[in-house]
Amino acid sequence: MTASMARWSAARTKSRLWWAASIASLGLIIAVLGSIFATVFVHGIPALRLQLFTTVTTGIAGGLANAIAGTLLLVSIGLGIAALTGIATALWVVEYAPPWAARAVRFTIDVLVGVPSIVVGYFLYVALVESLGWGFSLAAGALSLAIYVLPYVERSADVALSDVPTTLREASFAMGARHAVTIFSIDLPYAMPGILTGLLVAVGIGLGETAPLIYTAGWSNYMPTLAPTHSPVGYLTYVVWTYISQPFAPSHALAYAAATLLMLFIFATNFIARSFVDYRFPRHHGH
Amino acid sequence: MQRAWAQPLLRCITAIFAALSFGVIAIMLVFLIAYAYPAIRFNGTAFFTTLTWSIGNQYSDHTISHGGYTAQIGAAFGALVFVAGTLLSSILAMLVAVPLSLLVAVALVYRVPPLLRPLANAVVELMAGVPSVIYGLWGIIVLVPFIATRLSPSGNGNGLLAAALILALMVIPIIVATVRDALQSQPVAVYEAAMALGSTSWQAVTGAILPSIRSGIMASVLLAFGRALGETMAVLMVCGAAINALPHSIFSPINTIAAVIVSQLESALTDTTGMAQRSLGELAVTLFVITLFVNGIARVVLRGGRSRSAA
Repeated sequence: MTASMARWSAARTKSRLWWAASIASLGLIIAVLGSIFATVFVHGIPALRLQLFTTVTTGIAGGLANAIAGTLLLVSIGLGIAALTGIATALWVVEYAPPWAARAVRFTIDVLVGVPSIVVGYFLYVALVESLGWGFSLAAGALSLAIYVLPYVERSADVALSDVPTTLREASFAMGARHAVTIFSIDLPYAMPGILTGLLVAVGIGLGETAPLIYTAGWSNYMPTLAPTHSPVGYLTYVVWTYISQPFAPSHALAYAAATLLMLFIFATNFIARSFVDYRFPRHHGH
Repeated sequence: MQRAWAQPLLRCITAIFAALSFGVIAIMLVFLIAYAYPAIRFNGTAFFTTLTWSIGNQYSDHTISHGGYTAQIGAAFGALVFVAGTLLSSILAMLVAVPLSLLVAVALVYRVPPLLRPLANAVVELMAGVPSVIYGLWGIIVLVPFIATRLSPSGNGNGLLAAALILALMVIPIIVATVRDALQSQPVAVYEAAMALGSTSWQAVTGAILPSIRSGIMASVLLAFGRALGETMAVLMVCGAAINALPHSIFSPINTIAAVIVSQLESALTDTTGMAQRSLGELAVTLFVITLFVNGIARVVLRGGRSRSAA
């Protein structure tokens, strides 16, 4: 009796210790995240000046106008390509594809998520920048982002379209609507919040990417031109990477400012994406 | 849209895009292998056993040939340092990240009060959203100086430990999110039954709940491992950029395949024979194949787990 009580009490102590360790682990990652935020914002927010938005990057410091414009251009064009390709792919998979083909496409999309971004970058560097002679350019950079975020866009569109109730689609068909009409007036509008959420998540990923752009967009101190090829483009993540390793205070300030802007952009898109989810779920529970 | 031709047209257009999405991975693989082929022939199996990476003497008119392909004299392209650095940093990262993630996930599900849960979940999501270069920046400013002054006997902070810890932080949200969702999908009755049998709450979680989501945990760990293997920027910023030498302690500088592809580009471009660039291509193929393999196993584990739970 006492032996079993001792065993129970030992087990209870062990349980308490492990739960304490578990809560301490949660505390640890919260502390690390806090430290990351503090590192970026404490140095970055004081570095935010109006001139950052109006002047371009120079030797050791300067502004961020070129990088901000470049990031926005690369992400919007890259996401445009990924959205078109991803949504069309999801439509085919959900609406038209025979089951084996749907499985095959979904499988490769799953595999694509795991391909390192630097591999995508090096592939496009060899194929577009070198072989086709595009040089470091907007087109190559945007395509690298497009390939990298494509699986996220396709998956969320796929899930959203698969969620459209069969009864709604059948009602549309029963009223004599053709398949294409049903797609545009029933399926896509119904799935839109899910598709948009996925797109916004992809925007967040695209904003923070660096590795594939070094090999495709290159870098430029000048404002980006709209020329698709032969004209390198600057972007914010490059500034963070290179200017934080410089030995000058103004360079550090610029890197912190770029990091702050990136974080703000990314969290704004994630916040909007979340509000889409919140808007979406009550609607689904209503059925 | 009620016109008859619109129907096959939409079907056709979406099919073309689906084919593109389907084909992009095969195109990448075939293209990279074709590009790297001269390097694969030139380097042979020595690629995986040689420590030295050197583009050779670019000012000499002499070249060397191997397997029917030429490079600058003195050139040697060995990937051993980079392959070892990639595997070591990712494995060490998983040794830190997996136990920590499991502890965090069970805390989130069983110990965080419902009122604070959205806040705690937001922490995980924010962590996942922080870009790679910002982890790298934090590594340079906070982590590396900490390792250099408090831990490293040599006073060197950039290296294996810094890279592994940064990688661990980056994959923790991936594992935590999956394990948390899996824990939440488990019936409460299992937990209550274990408690009714006289187990402690910790025994109930580790003895009854965690084993039933084993395959989900395994799959998320493998996916996270795949992510760590291919991570570039953060590692590049804290790894110490080792070249031609293997690490001898956790404080030694290392280099990874992904990091070296970025840091060696400018040097490779000066190789007039192009062999250095093609060898970087061979590195990219190597990384590609390693991550495909790891992700493939993750999918198999995931599918195995699903069919077992369905049966």
